[in-house]
Amino acid sequence: MNAFMRKILPFASLIIIVVALSILRYDTFLSVDNFVNVLSRSSINGIVAMGMTAIIISGGIDLSVGAMLALSGMVGAWTMLSLAGSDPAGALWAVPSDIPAGPGRPPEPTALAMAAGTLAGMLTGTFCGFVNGALISKLRLPPFIVTLGTMSSLRGIAYVMNDGQPHNVATYKYLGEGMVGGVRVCVLLVALVAILAVLGLRYTRLGRYTYAIGSNREAAFHAGINVDRCLIWIYTLTGLAVGIAAMIATSRTVSAQPTAGKELELDVIAAVVIGGASLSGGRGTIIGTIIGTLLISFLRNGCTLLGISTNVQLIVIGAIIVAAVTVDQLARAKAE
Amino acid sequence: MIPKSSNSSRPNEAPVFTADAAEPVALEMSGISKRFGPVQALSDVTFRVRKGTIHALCGENGAGKSTLMKILAGVYRPDSGSTRIRGEERVFETPADALASGVSMIYQEVDLAQDLTVAENVFLGAEVSGFLPFVMSQHAMDAETDRLAREYGFAVDPRARVGDLSTGDCQIVEVLKALRRNASIIVLDEPTSSLSENEAERLFAVVRTLRGRGIVIVYISHRLEEVMGLADDISILRDGKIVHSDRAATMDIAAIVRHMVGRELNDFFPSRKAVIGDVRAQVEGLSSGRGAQNVSFSVRRGEIVGMAGLVGAGRTEVARALFGVDPKTSGRLLLDGELLEIASPADAIRNGIAFLTEDRKRTGLCLELPCTWNITLPNLETLGMKRVVWPGRETAIALQTATRINIKWSGPGAPATSLSGGNQQKLLIARWLLANSRFLIFDEPTRGIDVGAKREVYTLMNALAEEGRAILFISSELPELFGVTDRILVMRRGRLVGDLKTSEATPDKVMHLAAVEQNS
Repeated sequence: MNAFMRKILPFASLIIIVVALSILRYDTFLSVDNFVNVLSRSSINGIVAMGMTAIIISGGIDLSVGAMLALSGMVGAWTMLSLAGSDPAGALWAVPSDIPAGPGRPPEPTALAMAAGTLAGMLTGTFCGFVNGALISKLRLPPFIVTLGTMSSLRGIAYVMNDGQPHNVATYKYLGEGMVGGVRVCVLLVALVAILAVLGLRYTRLGRYTYAIGSNREAAFHAGINVDRCLIWIYTLTGLAVGIAAMIATSRTVSAQPTAGKELELDVIAAVVIGGASLSGGRGTIIGTIIGTLLISFLRNGCTLLGISTNVQLIVIGAIIVAAVTVDQLARAKAE
Repeated sequence: MIPKSSNSSRPNEAPVFTADAAEPVALEMSGISKRFGPVQALSDVTFRVRKGTIHALCGENGAGKSTLMKILAGVYRPDSGSTRIRGEERVFETPADALASGVSMIYQEVDLAQDLTVAENVFLGAEVSGFLPFVMSQHAMDAETDRLAREYGFAVDPRARVGDLSTGDCQIVEVLKALRRNASIIVLDEPTSSLSENEAERLFAVVRTLRGRGIVIVYISHRLEEVMGLADDISILRDGKIVHSDRAATMDIAAIVRHMVGRELNDFFPSRKAVIGDVRAQVEGLSSGRGAQNVSFSVRRGEIVGMAGLVGAGRTEVARALFGVDPKTSGRLLLDGELLEIASPADAIRNGIAFLTEDRKRTGLCLELPCTWNITLPNLETLGMKRVVWPGRETAIALQTATRINIKWSGPGAPATSLSGGNQQKLLIARWLLANSRFLIFDEPTRGIDVGAKREVYTLMNALAEEGRAILFISSELPELFGVTDRILVMRRGRLVGDLKTSEATPDKVMHLAAVEQNS
């Protein structure tokens, strides 16, 4: 297996899966609805995976993205509801209604309240990412341990916020179902984040430093790179990506669940690794990650269409992760 | 004479060995060829080592020394050829086979378990159990290690933690490990490259002791002075072929170099033409928590100032404190009369200081990243790419610098790891050339690179000095300090103990200052 084959392997696998499913389930798989469904479902994982790619290239890892997603969604939805609740008739934050707000009728946020909530959710993710980055760089703690801790704490806060209950925002549908020019908003968002991530990693100094730090942190420091500042930026921007994904997730289910994003970190790390990034840092691409994300999404979709249970899907995904890493190691051993 | 093989009439065939037939051969590798993809690493190599000798194997990087030794150690299998040990043909499928046949390798980077004791390392994989099965007997291993060490006259504590030992002591532990396995052939690959002069001397004594006990030593080194002082026989590899193999007494350094590079290197150290000007860098009372104590010196424009000293004398610590890697506890640095506040490498680079670190793999290069990226890494901001990197312009700039100093690579996008040691070092030099630094600190820039590349490094240092830059050149090799510098500073135990004009200094004087406590 040479380097070229290794590069195209994830893509080839994706094509093979799509073609195989097209043949096996041409009736259900090959429909516009199904593709739209898969793409919009993978938008959440995709956006988080963009950030995770940068983190993994820098030689780190973030296990807290799932919990961060839940908390960001909860904060976002809570903000919408609180604003609406504080202003039942003002028409600024809540839709005016004859029936008074109360247990019988949850307040309905206006577009403005929803925008404010969306922003709050994004800021929450950004702040959580900043905390991760600051702990990792300033205290020189291993990313695995820091984010293992924040994974637990953030999830806990998400549960505590509403006693383990979701915040329902029945009218918050725009990010999940809205269309712009015939394309779902969430698909547009993932495309936008992907373009920014590609440009960011390839054409900015921060992107270059991300690779350098992951390849050899000591050497990067000796070359005058402010490693701490770069790491904080990388984790903070990933937090922002998680915040965006959280609001899409909230919108898709029109409620913020404290259980949202469970095992998200696994799917996302798997997508990045399948896409060719090295967990020891210094290697990885956004294109690879996109392919990895789509591969997992289509695989899950295919399993569902073929009547394979979600439990068995876990086994399949796990095996594919191990296979991808094995192939990568073999290809690299050959190259040396 | 050993009868020459039938193909010895070929022009490239070496005048293989002039040993008498009566003299027994301990190791004979004959007709060894090995190809890696398109590269013929070894072609029809015949390598004979007489019993009871130290046999040096010389050659530039990439000449095939490592490949030949890895075949001997069972790491690689040759495409053709055979290995005989004391006349018996052996085929090594794995490193374990080679070990079982008494061949032990001691590599440049010692691979010992840092957290285990000396005795535990010596017995690693062959632990001795005591009364209880599966429970190893610390006592038995300590006692046996101590016995071995005494037998050979090495001073090591079997109970010491290896991580606390010096590099020199670690090599002795490696030797003990080999002896414990009853090694009859020990290969030492660049053992002195990270040793101080007196640690190296101690290692030479060990090597001679081993020879006295009938153990054959194959000794690989770039340091030709020590090869001449130590070896009985010398074989020289060039481009995968043995080009010369004979008694050391019949050769001199010039001859070895000639065989290694295939041409005469008359003036090994390039001549100096730099004009020495005003004081450029002035260091006053520098101390750092890690070892530098009240160090003051200055370097003028166009001047190359050497810094000698034993390993651990605090030379690298001075450099690290100047470059902002370690915080300084006191002292100051003036560059062109201007007082600089340097708290990090970023500050140092911004103020025109460059630091070529001694360990290019650990603190220098991002090995899997493209060559161009490695060249531009600290320079993006000054190249006008503060936020946005323009790859086209970046490659053009890197290419220009690389061409200027003649870096050999398969392409600007090739990963740094694909380059030879000398070219990797040149990548880092290119980096600091591009940074246009005023004050350059070179810490052991020629370590582990071949003769040709060394000369190129000296030439580059000269060229930089001629442009009016100030250079601090830290080295453990006295010949290059004397060949290249204008002045030599000597460090001992964190203090500056000598500041000599090179023209007035002698190696003895420098060594005396570096190694002997002065009574004041």
